[in-house]
Amino acid sequence: MRQRLRRLRHPRGALPYLLLLPALALELLIHLVPMVVGIVMSFKQLTQFFIRDWSAAPWTGLGNYRMAVDFSAPVGQSLLNSFWTTCCFTVLSVGLSWLLGTAAAIYMQDAFRGRGILRALFLVPYALPVYAAVITWSFMFQRDTGLINHVLVDQLHLMDEKPFWLIGDNSFTALVVVSVWKSWPFAFLTLMAGLQNIPRELYEASSMDGAGVWQQIRKITLPSLRPVNQVLVLVLFLWTFNDFNTPYVLFGKSAPEAADLISIHIYQSSFVTWNFGVGSAMSVLLLLFLLLVTAVYLFLTSRRRDADA
Amino acid sequence: MRTSRVIAATALVAALTVTATACGGGSDTGSGGGNSAPKTLTYWASNQGTSIENDKQVLEPELRKFEQQTGIKVNLEVVPWSDLLNRILAATASGQGPDVLNIGNTWSASLQATGALLPFDEATFGKIGGKDRFLPSTIASAGAAGKDPAAVPLYSMAYGLYYNKKMFAAAGIDKAPATWDEFQADAQKLTKDGKYGLAIEGGNVSENVHHAFTFGKQNGADFFDASGKPKFDSPEAVKAIKQYVDFVAKDKVAAPGNAEYSNNQTLSDFATGKAAMIMWQSAGANLKSQGMNPEDYGVAPVPIQAGATGDKAIKSMVAGINLAVFKNTKNLDGSLQFVKFMTSNEEQKTLNSTYGSIPPVKEAGKDPVFATPDLTTLNDVLATSSAPLPQVANESQFETLVGTAVKNLLAAAAAGKPVTDDSVKAELTKAQQQMPAS
Repeated sequence: MRQRLRRLRHPRGALPYLLLLPALALELLIHLVPMVVGIVMSFKQLTQFFIRDWSAAPWTGLGNYRMAVDFSAPVGQSLLNSFWTTCCFTVLSVGLSWLLGTAAAIYMQDAFRGRGILRALFLVPYALPVYAAVITWSFMFQRDTGLINHVLVDQLHLMDEKPFWLIGDNSFTALVVVSVWKSWPFAFLTLMAGLQNIPRELYEASSMDGAGVWQQIRKITLPSLRPVNQVLVLVLFLWTFNDFNTPYVLFGKSAPEAADLISIHIYQSSFVTWNFGVGSAMSVLLLLFLLLVTAVYLFLTSRRRDADA
Repeated sequence: MRTSRVIAATALVAALTVTATACGGGSDTGSGGGNSAPKTLTYWASNQGTSIENDKQVLEPELRKFEQQTGIKVNLEVVPWSDLLNRILAATASGQGPDVLNIGNTWSASLQATGALLPFDEATFGKIGGKDRFLPSTIASAGAAGKDPAAVPLYSMAYGLYYNKKMFAAAGIDKAPATWDEFQADAQKLTKDGKYGLAIEGGNVSENVHHAFTFGKQNGADFFDASGKPKFDSPEAVKAIKQYVDFVAKDKVAAPGNAEYSNNQTLSDFATGKAAMIMWQSAGANLKSQGMNPEDYGVAPVPIQAGATGDKAIKSMVAGINLAVFKNTKNLDGSLQFVKFMTSNEEQKTLNSTYGSIPPVKEAGKDPVFATPDLTTLNDVLATSSAPLPQVANESQFETLVGTAVKNLLAAAAAGKPVTDDSVKAELTKAQQQMPAS
């Protein structure tokens, strides 16, 4: 009997691992291998001469990194510029998306006529294919024929002359507008789900104690939403910081300096100037930065929660 | 039962590993492809017609003719210009590309340097009917000098000055300008009542660099020295690019809005009479599709400085599309048969007349269908006063970097910021310093 049991148990012991193997192999293949390849590439002088067989490209040690962070030369300077642009863009876009999302979610919490329709309407940007939506925006931002200038200049007379939105300094504003339009519904959706978990009795009790709406939001809603917000802000940050589609569709391969986001910048450094080694080095630096920010953020937010508990 | 499941799982893992190895290890070190798949070919055509659908309609009947002649089936994919270079790069890196493909002829030397394209040596040329069938200037734009071409010319084009006859007549101008002085005078006369003398495609990087090149030649600027090193910011280059940007900045003969044009709005402006002149290559088919009558416009060579000769009288780049064979092809013989078919007199006549381009094959070019006044002008420019873009390995980077510099300068001009020799030089220096060392 005992012997039979052991014989039964033995294959069962190995089988789960064996069944996990394909997943593990694929995980390695899809995530780890390209990452390692990217890191190796960043140490090579990889130009068009070696793209066919990149392993033959000569080693350059830290050369690519040195070029990427030499802030006195154009390559480093424009990388730094692009980094700051991306930081400002991310803070603005995440901040505004979060504010809009929170406001809308709180407003939509109480049932009223037409709530369903409004909710569905709010989610439209989230449901549209990014590419189609951003192309539409790029049409609207055209200087001479676009809707935005038509409304701002011809109808509201807010400006005397039609500004450019897709070239020059205004392109940053255009980028933030499209990005917020694209990402706030996600914040709205997540926060609306988060709000469902707050017991209604809390509000009823507090209003009996004489708390106003602002006090309720500050003392009940926001603290209860903290775990949701913690994840939401991190996810929005990572998505926005790395966003490629929006600037690419709005501006094409070479974005105006004011809207030169890091993802486009790296793309341009590797695929437009065919300097894949430097592009890889920039990607690795970006990866390190994002890892660092994420780690610090998680450390800070989890510590605060521990302190609260 | 249980054992068979274990075996199945093991087999799955093994299969995955094998697939992974097969995908990853595709670097073929042999020179020239094989013939292991002789019955099919994949062809990447560039977007030549008014749309991708239009290209399919044009090409598919021809591909069926080829299939009837040879029994080889051609799988056609039309690739938009914005994606083409990246697609070729990806195919080069992975080794998994089409058999035959279109490349912009200015990329020839850059793509040649990757080693992914089949070199056309004497023997290879022999298989497709010989090198002498092609116009020499088009062969010169198929690879670096002193090397076997990496491609053969398929469609040729040249830039010309398209002008609106009615608007010229209304302004009392009786002929197209031949020098820049005449051009300035005419353009100023035509710029009034919300209409402009000229329209340019300022947001389009390639369009910018093509003009930068021609204006550069006319001002004595070469963007690379004899050893292939970039020299983007020479005084001559600054002068040339300032001349171009000044259409918007100083002369104001082109609308500021031109700075963000990148989807052929220039052609629409010309077709609808918002602008009286454009500098364009093979615009005929597109203007027609926008409802412009061919009698309403004329085509003249792009102006030069009065009395200029030699390189300073260059009026166009050698524009065009080349046909290349991917070295990794599994059907080398079929690919060459296909190249021979596409460059045959008959096909050259059919395709070039449909697309409004000029046949790079001499014999086909003699056909009366190409004897229209505008094509005769462009043909003449191509044969006598055109030059290929620098055929160096770093050409494609030059295109994007200098083209972007011009785009930035035009954006500044459109926003009313001053464009000076210094600001032009600064942009060009920045572009040069982004060139990878090679």
